[in-house]
Amino acid sequence: MSKLGNLGARLHRGEVGYDFVGNRKIWYGISILITITAIVGLAVRGLNMGIEFQGGAVFNTPKTSVSVAQAQEYAEEASGHDAIVQKLGSGDDATLRIQVAGIDTAEADKVSAELANKLGVAEKDVTGELVGPSWGEQIANKAWQGLGIFLILVVIYLAIAFEWRMALAAFVALIHDITITVGIYALVGFEVTPGTVIGLLTILGYSLYDTVVVFDSLKEQTKDITKQTRWTYSDIANRSINSTLVRSVNTTVVALLPVAGLLFIGGGFLGAGMLNDISLSLFVGLAAGAYSSIFIATPLVADLKEREPQMKALKKRVLAKRAQAGAHGESPDDAPVTDEPLGDEPDDAAPAVVGPRNQPASRGRGRGRPSGKRR
Amino acid sequence: MAAPKKGRNASAQSKPGRSLALILIAIAGLTGGMFASGHTTPRLGIDLAGGTSITLRAEAEPGQESAINKTNMNTAVEIMERRVNGLGVSEAEVQTQGDRNIIVNIPKGTNSKEARDQVGTTAKLYFRPVIATEISGAGATPTPSPSASNSASGDSTEKADSSASPSGSASPSASSTTQGRAVTDALKADPTPSTSASPSASGSPSGDPATGKLEEQYAALDCTKKAVRAKAGDGAKASDPTVACGQNSSGQWQKYILGPAEVDGTDVDKAEARFNTQTAAGWTVTMEFTDAGAKKFGEITGKLAKNQQPQNQFAIVLDGDVVSDPSVSQALTGGNAEISGNFTQESAQSLANMLSYGALPLSFSEDSVTTVTAALGGEQLKAGLIAGAIGLALVVIYLLVYYRGLSVIAIFSLLVSAALTYTIMSLLGPTIGFALNLPAVCGAIVAIGITADSFIVYFERVRDEIREGRTLRPAVERAWPRARRTILVSDFVSFLAAAVLFVVTVGKVQGFAFTLGLTTLLDVVVVFLFTKPLLTIMARSKFFASGHSWSGLDPKRLGAQPPLRRTRRPSAPIETKEA
Repeated sequence: MSKLGNLGARLHRGEVGYDFVGNRKIWYGISILITITAIVGLAVRGLNMGIEFQGGAVFNTPKTSVSVAQAQEYAEEASGHDAIVQKLGSGDDATLRIQVAGIDTAEADKVSAELANKLGVAEKDVTGELVGPSWGEQIANKAWQGLGIFLILVVIYLAIAFEWRMALAAFVALIHDITITVGIYALVGFEVTPGTVIGLLTILGYSLYDTVVVFDSLKEQTKDITKQTRWTYSDIANRSINSTLVRSVNTTVVALLPVAGLLFIGGGFLGAGMLNDISLSLFVGLAAGAYSSIFIATPLVADLKEREPQMKALKKRVLAKRAQAGAHGESPDDAPVTDEPLGDEPDDAAPAVVGPRNQPASRGRGRGRPSGKRR
Repeated sequence: MAAPKKGRNASAQSKPGRSLALILIAIAGLTGGMFASGHTTPRLGIDLAGGTSITLRAEAEPGQESAINKTNMNTAVEIMERRVNGLGVSEAEVQTQGDRNIIVNIPKGTNSKEARDQVGTTAKLYFRPVIATEISGAGATPTPSPSASNSASGDSTEKADSSASPSGSASPSASSTTQGRAVTDALKADPTPSTSASPSASGSPSGDPATGKLEEQYAALDCTKKAVRAKAGDGAKASDPTVACGQNSSGQWQKYILGPAEVDGTDVDKAEARFNTQTAAGWTVTMEFTDAGAKKFGEITGKLAKNQQPQNQFAIVLDGDVVSDPSVSQALTGGNAEISGNFTQESAQSLANMLSYGALPLSFSEDSVTTVTAALGGEQLKAGLIAGAIGLALVVIYLLVYYRGLSVIAIFSLLVSAALTYTIMSLLGPTIGFALNLPAVCGAIVAIGITADSFIVYFERVRDEIREGRTLRPAVERAWPRARRTILVSDFVSFLAAAVLFVVTVGKVQGFAFTLGLTTLLDVVVVFLFTKPLLTIMARSKFFASGHSWSGLDPKRLGAQPPLRRTRRPSAPIETKEA
């Protein structure tokens, strides 16, 4: 911990850092590449939609010694449709999960009875999920609808709480996360079930968490940005990412840990089912969300912001000042920080320049409002 | 400059003890309520407790798309509830889901197949003339055999006017009243229950073998037995006479021989419960018939009015059960009618709903059926709990390693959050019918992360302040307003997602969204009322305030600047200590 804690301190002071904003083109490129791969994968391979979306039946048998191949034969014989059989668990405790697509609920009853008969178990012990095709369609439609409504609301909210540029950037990041998650599902061929959809929808709220943390810090730090000439918007944006990096990493790790627990149990213990489906899509989505809030959302805000005439002017002034400083033989990065550039936000005041540099010593307290009364 | 601010910060610490007391009282209250109500565990959903869950989708008849509306769906739910619970299944629950689905949950096992058959079919509502009726079961006088063979054959009732009075038995027979007593356009009510209690079954049909069989069935029928009742009149066609059971207003079971259906549910245009202020008849149910229905109803009432008790009664039969058996005193030809009797608001409403249901242009198809054995459900629950325990343990370990002493506060906060979630979930079972299903368990597990994230946001802020060289107490206070804003914004976004999902989606997604929304709200409560005050109090302790190396707030370890920062303009950069 001490190394990590130390790193946190140095990140906080801006002694170390990564120029996220400066290198944004690389990350944009990577993201675009991943997104294109995802879209191509989706277009070419399509999603492996589960029984719940196509209609059909899933039967769970009690412990049985019947082999997978045999069970499959039975199921196909009984239903006249293709069947997928999975073995859950191992050894004598193994149960079978038999999926038969394309049968309706009435047929499914017959199949269930026949299967029970062939497998030599009581009919009431064969449990199943019978799904009419319209139900899955409905779940999917509702999910899309929910996604749409949420996106609109959240963009409005972020536009009010922050500003439209941040809302737009968060929106792009969110689409990015969802595309990547869906793309991975298409490429790997994981089965898409209602559980997957649940996971995907949860990412909505969650992937914004980190983004909001960074934006919040960014908003604070750029409050009085035009009153100084040391840092451009991009510099401060970069600084925001770096200073909240430990937070982002921690929140992501802590969010992923329970999901990992679910995935482990869902995948290892139960073999398949709801737990597994939810946690898998969550895991992928959360990871993508953490990445996008750091590498995509904030640099995007900086990009958008730099287009503003005010920020352009600021950049010019900053560059001019730096050039001047350079002419005096003084690298701006090494200059002792003698003043607090941005009002009364001490912890945010350290400049965003990348690379080791010295500590800003004074923090301009008392310049602004009383600190305790801040919102 | 900094000094006065510090003072103000200190005074802004509000009263941490009060918040802590508040939340502890809340937990104690909820726990007490939980034990007092006897619901000490959350109600489990079908997928965890075992049972069958059926999702039905309403299909409107062509051209009647608007029939899928809230009122009609609620009526349908009421009817289905009646049917499912009539099967002897206890605690089956029926609820609407989204705007066009109905979910029927039948717990563990018992004849779920039958239940499926029942809910899947369209309800059948008929108006049948009463041929004979008597109180059924042990409480009744020994059933007189319907030997009093009068000539009421089923056929005669069917053919309208020709055979004038089909039964005409003058014997004072009598149904002790059921709730509906009949009535006319003229609002003539006959509110008193007919008193002739002797249950002599008059006018029972006899003669041809079919009716003979019916008589036997009637004689054997014991309506007090649920299983018998459910089977009574099964398979009877609308055009055949049949036997049926019904419950009268005093709660006694009564059995009937009924003639063929004369009017059916689709002939009813509309039915409403009304409070009749003019005639002091109390709650009544008014019916409006369609044109065809009005004609048929006029005919049957005309015919019935000429008969004696009980054959001047018609039975309103829903799914084979007599729900009301008003008597008729004159032909009702106006296309509407009013049933009055000893209705309460509730019973009138319920009858009106049943009558309307027959007119609902809806049919229901099975969209999905999930059966889970109790064993599998238990296993899923176990898996969910283990996953939760592992997740929680991992988070606790991570926090311990990273935040050391500080993590104690986080862990206590997590515990408080868990206690609140558990008690509220337990209490929501009986109050709003919340059932914990597998997706909801997942939601709760995922929420561990979300809740812990709030602590991290706050702790990191505090650490930032300490890195700035503040001592702990001001750092805790100064970090709070900003952390608070971040937490509120993030939680709001999470909550928004949960709320949208809950409102828009159907099925399992909804259960998940509900837990997520609930835990997000609780997260805010816990951070505000527990974590923050606790940290404020802990900051006074020597262990934390002195920055003990295990406190997680060791300034040296955090790389804080030496607190010599009062000067505005130190001329040289200060080397920070590396931890």
